[in-house]
Amino acid sequence: MRFKDVFSIIGPAMVGPSSSHTAGAARIGRAARQVLGEVPREAEVIFFGSFAATYQGHGTDRAIVGGLLDFATDDHRLPDSIELAAEDGMEISFRQGAGLFPHPNTVKLRLTGRDTGTELTLTGISIGGGNIEIVDIDGFGVKLTGMYPTVLINHMDYLGVLASVTDVMRQGQFNIGHMSLDRKNRSGAALTVLELDEPATAELLQGLRALPAVKSVKVVDLNEDTRAQKGKESTT
Amino acid sequence: MNFQTLSQLAVLCGERGLGIGALMLEEQSAESGRSKEQEFATMSQYYGVMKEAVHRGMTENTTSRSGLTGLDAQRVAAYNAAEEPCLGGPAGQAMAYALAVSEVNASMGRIIATPTAGSCGIIPGVFLSCQERFGWDDDYMVSGLFAAGAIGYVIANNSFVSGAEGGCQAEVGSAIGMAAGALTELRGGTPAQAVHAVGLALKNTLGLICDPVGGLVEIPCIVRNGFGAVTALAAADMALAGVRSVIPSDEVIKVMLEVGSAMPEKHRETAGGGLAQTPTGRQIMKDLRSKK
Repeated sequence: MRFKDVFSIIGPAMVGPSSSHTAGAARIGRAARQVLGEVPREAEVIFFGSFAATYQGHGTDRAIVGGLLDFATDDHRLPDSIELAAEDGMEISFRQGAGLFPHPNTVKLRLTGRDTGTELTLTGISIGGGNIEIVDIDGFGVKLTGMYPTVLINHMDYLGVLASVTDVMRQGQFNIGHMSLDRKNRSGAALTVLELDEPATAELLQGLRALPAVKSVKVVDLNEDTRAQKGKESTT
Repeated sequence: MNFQTLSQLAVLCGERGLGIGALMLEEQSAESGRSKEQEFATMSQYYGVMKEAVHRGMTENTTSRSGLTGLDAQRVAAYNAAEEPCLGGPAGQAMAYALAVSEVNASMGRIIATPTAGSCGIIPGVFLSCQERFGWDDDYMVSGLFAAGAIGYVIANNSFVSGAEGGCQAEVGSAIGMAAGALTELRGGTPAQAVHAVGLALKNTLGLICDPVGGLVEIPCIVRNGFGAVTALAAADMALAGVRSVIPSDEVIKVMLEVGSAMPEKHRETAGGGLAQTPTGRQIMKDLRSKK
C-alpha cells in the first residue's frame, strides 16, 4: 500500500500552493537534514521532471530549503526560507538535472554538514498529497517514506550483522514494520533501513551503535516532529 | 487497514454496525497505535485549519504571488448576495468557500491537503457550507472527514490522487468523490449509498487533464475546485435519492487508473499541453518568466 493511513489522504497541514511541490519537497529536505544529522553548510539542489519545469512558481526551492532548516510543512516561515538560510550562512545552489529520473517529481540533494563536513547524496521523490519516498542514499537503494519512525544503520556486510541488529530490536521491544538492506558489494559497506512502530529511544540507538559492524546510526522521523511542532503552535 | 476496496468498506461497515467515518477512526487508531481520542484531536485540528482558510479567503486579499489569481471567492459571494444567481443558495455558498480555500493555497497560505493542495478547496467548501446550513456541530464534521479519508484511501491505493501521475481527474476528481461520499453519510445515507455517490462523482471527472498554466496551481485549478464542490453536492443528492452507480465505484476507480496511465506526459501537470499551451497560456508563461 502506497498510502498507509487517513492522514496521508487528509493532510498534511501545509503552506500552499502544491502538496507535491511544496509539502512533499519540504519533507524531502527535512528527511535529508535528518539523515545528514546536522545543519548543511552547502546544499546543491538538483531538480528533475516537473520539479525542474516549475519549481520557482511553486516555491519548491523554498520548500526544500525550509526542510533543510527543519521546518514542518505548515511552518509560516517556509516562503522566506531561502533568505533565512542565507542569513544563517548556508550556501545553496539550484540546477536542473539531465538524464533519467525515477518519478516526475524528483530531487537530488548533495549536502555538506556544517559541523563535521559529512557529505550526503540523497534522491527523493514526491508521490502526491505531500507523501514522499527517499529512493537513494549515497548510492544505496532504499525505500523510506518518513511516515514511520525510521532508523538507518550504516554497517559492514558481515555474516550475522542483521541478526545482531534484530536482536537489539527484540531486547528493546521494538517491532519492525518494514526493513530493507542494500550493499555496495560483498563484504563491503551496507545500509539497512528499519521502519518502526514506535519512535526509537536513546537506549535503542546506543545498543545499535555498540554493535561491532555498525559505523553510524541515524534517525528519520517526520511524523513525531511535525506533531510536536503543531503542539507548540497551538499553545502559543 | 482491513479494507482495500469500497465494496469491502461498505461490507465491513455493515458487519460492525458502523458508519464509514466511525469505522475509519477505529481502523486508523489500530494502525497507528494511538488512541481514538488522539486521532480525532488531530483531525479536529485539521478541520480548524480548513475553517480558518475559508475565513481568510472570504475576507482577506488572496492575490497570488504571480498576480494571476485572487479574490474570486469574494466576487462570487458578493454576486450571490446582490444579484439573482443561476446557481445561488447552498451550492453558490459551497462554490464560494471552495474558491476561497483554493485562493489561500495559491497565495502560499496555510491549508490542509485534501487529498492534495491543488484540490484543497472542495472538501472545506462542501463541509463548511453544509455545516452552516444544517447546523451540524464540529465533531460531526470531523467524523465526516474520517469518512472522506476512508474513500480517499481506497482511491489513492487503487489508482492515484496526484495530477502529475493521473491528471486532474485524480486530484480534483478524487476530492469530489471523497466529498460526495462523506456528505451522503453526513446527510444520513447508508455506506452503500455513500459508495454510489463516489462512483457517480468520479465518473463525471474521468479524463480530466492536468494542464496548469505556467505550471502553477492557479489556472484552471482554482475554478475547478469551485465547480468540484457543486458536483459533490449533486452526486450526494443523486445517491440519497437512490440513484446508483451502475458501473460499480471500484471499477470506476480502476478506469481512472487506466485513463490516467494512458494520458500523455504533456497532460499531467507538466504545463506542456492543454490550457497551458493555448496562445494565452503561453503568453502568460512568457510574461511570468520576464518578470523574474
